[in-house]
Amino acid sequence: MSQAPAAAPGSGFDARQLRRDFPILATEVYGKPLTYLDNAASSQRPAQVIDAVAHYERHLHANVHRGVHYLSQQATDAYEGARDRVQAFVNASSRQEIIFTRGTTEAINLVAASLGQALGPDDEILITWLEHHSNIVPWQLACQRSGATLKVAPLLDDGSVDLLAFERLLTERTRIVAISHISNALGTINPVETMVDLAQQAGAKTLIDGAQAVPHQRIDVSALNCDFYAFSGHKMYAPTGIGVLYGRAELLEEMPPYQGGGEMIRTVSFTDTTFNALPYKFEAGTPNISGAVGLGASIDYLNNLDYALLEAHETDLLEYAQAQLLELPGAKIIGTAQRKASVMSFTLGDIHAHDLGTIVDREGVAIRTGHHCAMPVMERFAVPATARASFAFYNLREDVDRLMAGLTQALEIFT
Amino acid sequence: MSDSLLDLYREVILDHNRDPRNFGELDDADRVVEGVNPLCGDRMTLYVKKDKDGKIEDVCFTGSGCAISVASASLMTERIKGLTNDEALELFELVHDVLTGEQEPDPVRLDKLAALAGVRQYPSRIKCASLGWHALKTALTTTDAKISTE
Repeated sequence: MSQAPAAAPGSGFDARQLRRDFPILATEVYGKPLTYLDNAASSQRPAQVIDAVAHYERHLHANVHRGVHYLSQQATDAYEGARDRVQAFVNASSRQEIIFTRGTTEAINLVAASLGQALGPDDEILITWLEHHSNIVPWQLACQRSGATLKVAPLLDDGSVDLLAFERLLTERTRIVAISHISNALGTINPVETMVDLAQQAGAKTLIDGAQAVPHQRIDVSALNCDFYAFSGHKMYAPTGIGVLYGRAELLEEMPPYQGGGEMIRTVSFTDTTFNALPYKFEAGTPNISGAVGLGASIDYLNNLDYALLEAHETDLLEYAQAQLLELPGAKIIGTAQRKASVMSFTLGDIHAHDLGTIVDREGVAIRTGHHCAMPVMERFAVPATARASFAFYNLREDVDRLMAGLTQALEIFT
Repeated sequence: MSDSLLDLYREVILDHNRDPRNFGELDDADRVVEGVNPLCGDRMTLYVKKDKDGKIEDVCFTGSGCAISVASASLMTERIKGLTNDEALELFELVHDVLTGEQEPDPVRLDKLAALAGVRQYPSRIKCASLGWHALKTALTTTDAKISTE
């Protein structure tokens, strides 16, 4: 196997320098340097994010939107400042359209529960075979409550959505189309622009699960023209427990609240409660203020990166990894769509993904093994599980080399 | 290679993974139990047939899984043929306690099953090793057709 050069050739992206911003990447695992290739499950946080959260906790914390006192105002400014950053980050037309949630899962559940109240037995929801369980189960629950039908667009053998079938499944009954931007299990980048257009022509509302897309590319919800876009902080270098639902204001205005409680009301009496304005109508209870602050800091961090170079670096890692992997006997890549994010799902001969995961872990290499919360995808490709290496911009070619060394060990053990 | 990995993937484990014993369906089984490991989606079906005295006359399994779960189930089927219900359940307790670290492995009592002891250093893999055993316990003590290791 060829030795990796120090940096990706021709890339002006200094991943080695940026890597130093992430303290956890200096960790040793079993006496070996950590090689973190489980970024699609959760990415790591730069010191800038960790420090912003710590600064908030040490100096700014109180409840938001409540008190007249100094700290309450500081906390409110920090929290609402994060909302402004998110709005600019995804190019939403108004800050009212940015709702903080616990993550992508809660964002999708919010839409499924709230918009889902208008569904009836003649209605259909269309998803794809690629979806993460979090973009399947909330719709199944909405269908159970309303009698609506869940339709699923099939995949082609390369792991991309069969667009002709998708188009055929769109009918005048389709009310909601919910699709992932990038598949977590395979890395497939869906042609969401086309899919949103098709859905709108059919008169359906559109939701994009952007959990896997936000760390890899610039998102512009206005250009995408989707009705809802959901994503999580912890996949884009921010803390866990904070996420975002972007929703078109006129839709959010009409939708009933998701949860009841403080913050989301204007006045409460036992006979008549009036709800707060957007976005607060959908933010019942004290929010995850420090999480929002962390998300704001991660957006500041990402705004300093050149995304064209970031994408080129990640593409180089993926191509290098795939080429190296295919040199191993019995290696097979699951998901070979033309447009892919830096996610490599694979099998190696008859060796079960769990055994691969355990063996490379002892080399300090963290990969995900299993069904990746996308059991239908595994079923589609007739594998019980895959191993998945997912790369972030802070990964280097030598991380790929360490993975390959671990996989070579697995081959030695099992042959 | 780390000693701990060699301890996990002992030759006996690799052999039983490559060539699992009693692998297949049993048409005249008295009990058929499906075991699922929700962590990885692995499935295993265990077939148990008792003789007229209530001893385990035959036992087979099918399914797909990692080396640890396949080898563990294979070793189990080899060991439990001819045992009474109580003897098989006693063996379940022994293996369970060894896997979870509640008991030191006794090479005499465990015999070939001692090969499973390496799993103790890998907490995330204990469920793999115990999948077949939980299916066995379910088959011997309940009328359920499905179990999950979580």
